[in-house]
Amino acid sequence: MKYIRIVVLAAALLAVRSARADETLGALKQQLQLLQQQIQQLQQKVAELESAQTVSTPAAGTAATTPAKAWSPSDPITVGKAGAAYMNVSLVADTVFGWSTTPDVQRIQGAHHDPSQRGFTLQGVELALDGAVDPYFKGLATVALVLEPGGTTATELEEAWLQTTSLPWNLQVKAGQMYANFGRHNLLHNHSWNFVDQPIVITRLLGGDGLRNPGAQFSWLAPLPFFTELSLGVFNSDQSSFLGGHEHAHGHEEEEHHHSDLHGGEPVGRTLRGPQDLLFVPRLAMSFDLSDTQTILLGASAAVGPNNSGPNAGTQIIGADFYWKWRPVNAQKGFPFVSWQTEFLFRRYEAAERVHPHDDEEHILPSETLQDWGLYSQLLWGFKRGWVAGLRGEYVTGNDATFESDLRIDRTRVSPNLTFYPTEFSKIRLQYNYDHIQQWGDEHSVWLQFEFLLGAHAAHKF
Amino acid sequence: MKRLLIVVAAVLGGILSAHAKLNVVATLPDLAAMARDIGGDKVIVTCLGKPSEDPHYIQPKPSYIVALNKADVLIDNGLDFEIGWLPALLDQTRNGRIRLGAPGRVVASAGVPVLDVPTAPVDRSQGDVHPDGNPHYLLDPERGKIVARNITAALKRVAPGDATAFDDGLAKLLARIDVAQSEAGKLLAPFRGAKIVTYHKSFPYFAERYGLNVVGTVEPKPGIPPSPSHLAALGERMKAEGVKVIVQEQWHETRTPALAAKKSGAKVVVLPTQTGGDPAATDYPATIKLLAEKVAAALK
Repeated sequence: MKYIRIVVLAAALLAVRSARADETLGALKQQLQLLQQQIQQLQQKVAELESAQTVSTPAAGTAATTPAKAWSPSDPITVGKAGAAYMNVSLVADTVFGWSTTPDVQRIQGAHHDPSQRGFTLQGVELALDGAVDPYFKGLATVALVLEPGGTTATELEEAWLQTTSLPWNLQVKAGQMYANFGRHNLLHNHSWNFVDQPIVITRLLGGDGLRNPGAQFSWLAPLPFFTELSLGVFNSDQSSFLGGHEHAHGHEEEEHHHSDLHGGEPVGRTLRGPQDLLFVPRLAMSFDLSDTQTILLGASAAVGPNNSGPNAGTQIIGADFYWKWRPVNAQKGFPFVSWQTEFLFRRYEAAERVHPHDDEEHILPSETLQDWGLYSQLLWGFKRGWVAGLRGEYVTGNDATFESDLRIDRTRVSPNLTFYPTEFSKIRLQYNYDHIQQWGDEHSVWLQFEFLLGAHAAHKF
Repeated sequence: MKRLLIVVAAVLGGILSAHAKLNVVATLPDLAAMARDIGGDKVIVTCLGKPSEDPHYIQPKPSYIVALNKADVLIDNGLDFEIGWLPALLDQTRNGRIRLGAPGRVVASAGVPVLDVPTAPVDRSQGDVHPDGNPHYLLDPERGKIVARNITAALKRVAPGDATAFDDGLAKLLARIDVAQSEAGKLLAPFRGAKIVTYHKSFPYFAERYGLNVVGTVEPKPGIPPSPSHLAALGERMKAEGVKVIVQEQWHETRTPALAAKKSGAKVVVLPTQTGGDPAATDYPATIKLLAEKVAAALK
């Protein structure tokens, strides 16, 4: 009891003293800051005068010196020199040209930005706008245009989010429409893919457009000597593994789907009744520098949310990812390098007892658990400045279920490719796909891809 | 009770003493070396780029996010040099102390007179032209002195208590830069007006300072790899103008410059352009002096 009294007294005393100290400290700090500002201004003047004296004798033929302004990479680019439009603007366009042994290319290329037909496909034209919103937020929006087979233009709001820049305790919050922080591939826009198409396991389990929804994401950088980031995303859910149940990526206008391509039942409308109907995406990522030239990044992710086979059915996905990269310290323009990336995903889909409409008859499909898993592994070798050779191997499979779905059959795909980057702003890529599909047989495809980028120089992520 | 107070005092003391040393992160080795010289034992300096690593293409490793997260001060070169990798890191650092405009942020190019500022409209068909001018100004020691002052100002902003120590460090560094600069001047004085070719457009500041005449580059345009026809023309020009030396940084390949050099009987010299790029390049003044020695030796 006595101890407690002393502790309370001590705390009270400390609080009073620190409050008083804070006041005087605050005043002192203000004065100091004022002085510092004045000194800085003077120093700047002196430096300018000195440099004007020492450097103002350019040799004949060299460009005239101009007074420099403070500048940083994160400064905005002024659009149209009007002086007020503070954002980076860029546009990336990808076109692919090629041939597949199957006339129904969409049957084997399920992702929205994959090649979708023989001949030419405009995979996407993406307009990206980003910049500092104010001292507290950064904002980004990307709008993609895709030409669908048949010639109609689909507009797609890929991302539109704001992100905090200076929250305390190493926290960061991102809110809006965004790609969920799940694995490595899911965060990439199609122009950042290392292959012409998206890995099958990503398309099947996370969706043709990836796992991407309106929501919020909280992340924390652990105060450890190596990179460790924990994040948790919370989203409204309308992706194929969750609410949708079948691919919306390419609309089948002519054939109406009354049942889910995945579980065969009539989709059940799910409304948000509580937290159990939200999609949660936690992730842990860690990275270590093995040496000056080698770095690895390891991640574990999960996605848990509702699905549309029944009013209370749910889906759980777990994923593990691994990335290793080697690059010598005297690399020229980032070359040579070798990188190896592998992702493994497993999905447990609780299919509730559901009605399967078929030829005016209705079958009842029993409640069951659909289990799918798959992986892709890709090796990239930047063997010469501007040149990258790649090899990707993939496998996906699912357990037996009462409804036989095309989206769950075994597939193996092997894709070698070669990419040439004339500069960072353009690329040309040639890729061959050997596709072995259970029951359908083998398919072969060859694709030639072109890309160009206009506008702001996007900074690369690791 | 006493024990409790001791523990509290120890914890508080630990927190306070952790603030005693400033965490300084620099993007480039020269900037890091200057911060070490100015800050002395009051700072712990981490450098992201390696001496032989191209500053345009430093890998944005996740470990750099950790370093930037702990930084009290960040020094970057500016003028677009780090645009390909630093912004992506800064987005994830969660550190307001090094934001643009924050007291702990030093854009080293502030107040530096810049060369090669485009006077006519530019676009990317002219190669990777930096719209704010040539960012390779650290190769001129006079401009280096402006950078040293910029760094000192930031250290003093963040740790006013150590201002005198920083001023001392600055005075000593400036004196040593002056010595290196005059020695470099003496070494290169006999070669005033000498014609050289450089790989990338990275030596205009050095050439201007020491009166060298850059007559061409191995790259036809900044960042664009040389074509056979460009190399052939360059070789002819070097022969006609009597160019004896091609200089380049450590991260460029030497095969194509050698082709151009062979035609004209010139030699290719790979220069340690950043602190640490050579055992003798121990700090910024030493690097400047070593550069001058190597260029003078090549021109002899």
